Amino acid sequence: MHTSTLIIVLLGLMSLAYYMGRKRSLNLVSGRVRDLHSLPSYYGLLTALWCGIPAILLLVVWISFEGSVVTGLVVDSLPQETQNLPPERLNLVLNDIRNLATGDIVSTTVDENMQQAADHYARLQGISHMAMFVAALSLAILAGFIAHRSISRQQRARNRVEKAVNFFLLSSSTLAIFTTIGIVLSVLFESLRFFQQIPVTDFIFGLEWSPQTAIRADQVGSSGVFGAIPLFAGTFLITLIAMVVAVPIGLLSAIYMAEYAGRHFRSLAKPVLEVLAGIPTVVYGFFAALTVAPFFRDLGASLGLGVSSESALAAGVVMGIMIIPFVSSLSDDVINAVPQAMRDGSYGLGATRSETIRQVIIPAALPGIVGGVLLAVSRAIGETMIVVMAAGLSANLTANPLEAVTTVTVQIVTLLVGDQEFDSAKTLAAFALALVLFVITLALNMIALHIVRKYREQYE
Amino acid sequence: MTRVEKSLARRYRQERNFKRLGLGAILLGLLFVSFLFISIFANGYTAFQQTFIKLDVFYDPEMIAPVGETDPDVLSAGNYGGLVKATMRELFPSVTSRRDKKKLYGLISTGARFQIRERVMQDPSVIGQRESIWVPADDDVDMLIKGHIDLNLPESDRRIKDDQLSWIQGMQEEGRVEKRFNTTFFTAGDSREPELSGIKGAAVGSFFTLLICLAISFPVGVAAAVYLEEVAPKNRWTDLIEVNINNLAAVPSIVFGLLGLAVFINFFGLPRSVPLVGGLVLALMTLPTIIIASRAALKSVPPSIREAALGVGASPMQTITHHVLPLALPGMLTGTIIGMAQALGETAPLLMIGMVAFIVDIPGGAMDPSAVLPVQIYLWADSPERAFVERTSAAIMVLLAFLISMNLLAVWLRKKFERRW
Repeated sequence: MHTSTLIIVLLGLMSLAYYMGRKRSLNLVSGRVRDLHSLPSYYGLLTALWCGIPAILLLVVWISFEGSVVTGLVVDSLPQETQNLPPERLNLVLNDIRNLATGDIVSTTVDENMQQAADHYARLQGISHMAMFVAALSLAILAGFIAHRSISRQQRARNRVEKAVNFFLLSSSTLAIFTTIGIVLSVLFESLRFFQQIPVTDFIFGLEWSPQTAIRADQVGSSGVFGAIPLFAGTFLITLIAMVVAVPIGLLSAIYMAEYAGRHFRSLAKPVLEVLAGIPTVVYGFFAALTVAPFFRDLGASLGLGVSSESALAAGVVMGIMIIPFVSSLSDDVINAVPQAMRDGSYGLGATRSETIRQVIIPAALPGIVGGVLLAVSRAIGETMIVVMAAGLSANLTANPLEAVTTVTVQIVTLLVGDQEFDSAKTLAAFALALVLFVITLALNMIALHIVRKYREQYE
Repeated sequence: MTRVEKSLARRYRQERNFKRLGLGAILLGLLFVSFLFISIFANGYTAFQQTFIKLDVFYDPEMIAPVGETDPDVLSAGNYGGLVKATMRELFPSVTSRRDKKKLYGLISTGARFQIRERVMQDPSVIGQRESIWVPADDDVDMLIKGHIDLNLPESDRRIKDDQLSWIQGMQEEGRVEKRFNTTFFTAGDSREPELSGIKGAAVGSFFTLLICLAISFPVGVAAAVYLEEVAPKNRWTDLIEVNINNLAAVPSIVFGLLGLAVFINFFGLPRSVPLVGGLVLALMTLPTIIIASRAALKSVPPSIREAALGVGASPMQTITHHVLPLALPGMLTGTIIGMAQALGETAPLLMIGMVAFIVDIPGGAMDPSAVLPVQIYLWADSPERAFVERTSAAIMVLLAFLISMNLLAVWLRKKFERRW
């Protein structure tokens, strides 16, 4: 039997428990519901919860410890000389045993000991599985039975069920906090290991990035330099180009939509522009690499300029297109939040529409617009697929948008896609970069949200 | 007064220019949208057709198995590659040199031998007989027929050489070359050969991933929103949760991938490249979107509903489950669909947890290694063959079709159930 079958069986037991609990409560008062403390369905729910939750908790605990316990027992049964191997070698042996037990391909020749160990492993796992089934099902039946017996007229079933639901609500909302803690810890932990190998100052102030580390000490040209400045510069350059495209177009279209456009035009143009926000970034990346980058290269060639086929310009422009709806919808919100009285006052003094917009509305909405632009910047910095597909791979410290540059996110992807060794500086560097990325976007966000909130309070 | 009148012309001109500027910005935006769609469509629509070549195959008993053989093991071990080659040699008897023969065999897809094997396995009685069948052409031939190969280039720069060209023309004159609807594209997994590759594997992978994502993020997201909006006391802890959710919404998606790599794969030891891990990571990523949308939906339920329910004696939890939640549910579903659309298009975090592996098999469950649609697009976009360009575009069209229908569903839900109180 599979674990999923067990869960289905448990669900079945829970519905049975619901039915039984409900029936018992009704039988207790022989159908007169008003004599019960709670509605009959609450007695049913309480029984079902008692039946399901302890068993599911047991399952979770069992599954998370099963692997290490079984592995430990198998290791104990191995010959002494195998047990004394260094941890990495021992892991290889264990892997082979596991593969042998499941019938997969084994990397070494199979000898007597290994075959025994594999059989032992398979047997232990079988026992553990069986035991898990029996334990979970008997716990479910036992707990459900006790809950069923303890149903009485005065039992505060509703309050208990509500308490359980409340606990579920609370724990769901704390998941966000656990996610943040998880991100910080996982990134920080590996980054610290990275900084044990490479000094922090080299990482933050170094001007050269070449993450290939030597496998053997005598190899040439694979020193491994981890200076992140070229990556930050590349990220900054592409973000700047994206903003140069996105901010004017996004802002002006928001102004036109809010102040000039007629109803029909707005109801037509707005959804079409919002389509841009729903397109996956991988599509933009393909568009940039296949259409935009060759276009800029040919344009440059016809003007006598050498434009790289992975130019920062192409990636930046396409990223700008992606961000247009983001800027325009945020600006739309803040422009609409400017009180009508300010517009009326300006018109009353004889100002034209454009004068009102430029001299009254924009200054009033400026903090909100700045906040929106900062949010857009943080999006652009963290954007991955467009730059992975359209920007370069090698670090290049330049301010020329026609050359190829690389970004923080591109390097994270190139360092982590493929084989990873969690003891080499090369893999760990990705986590250090991610830490920087996380801190920068978080800071930008905090500032932006703060500004936007301040601005909202001003007009409320 | 005269000064004002003098300046009026200039001011009206400025007004007109400003208005034009705004209109120009919107038109530019619309231009980008249409340009993007046209470029994808123009590159991709040809992928829905595939060139086939008609071969007169003689099911040679010497190459496959004696007539009357039905044992599947013997049948599947036949030399079907040789059979295809023999058929091609028979078609062009004038080709004799080794190099020319190799070029000749290159016109037919390597999938042809598997197709013939299938045919024989299904009906062993064809052995010893002759039959005309349509087999897929090689991707280079396909590109030539579709007009994507520039014949003005010198021969050495072309994937199709001059003598291959003359053979193809010969076959075309005999009516042996035909373009048909490309069913392989919708029924096959990934392949190194463009003419044999399809998106079904990636689509099924996406389906399982989204299923896991939905199963986690919807209940948890709704519960978190209900807690924050309806139950939570106003204190520092609640504030902390709120700030956290807002910040998570803006964390770059790639960072979630690193979280998945460090926590689910390295710490919990879950396998790489499986939809389960992908779904977990995407669930964490879409959670803030769903929570924020659900809170907005809860906020739009007027307080009078709650007060009325409490007034007739419902408990706070009954008020929520019986009255507030049903009214807020359409809004929550809309937010969830938009979150799912976002998850369907997401690529970067999945690269981090190893979903970029080359996987031919169509996954059968959430624990089978698989690709997802956007990652498949990324992988094909990286492939050098010209034929993968049109398949990438076609895959994008399929992905966009899914996304647009999800968004339309969300709009329809909102329109249908929207209530102004």
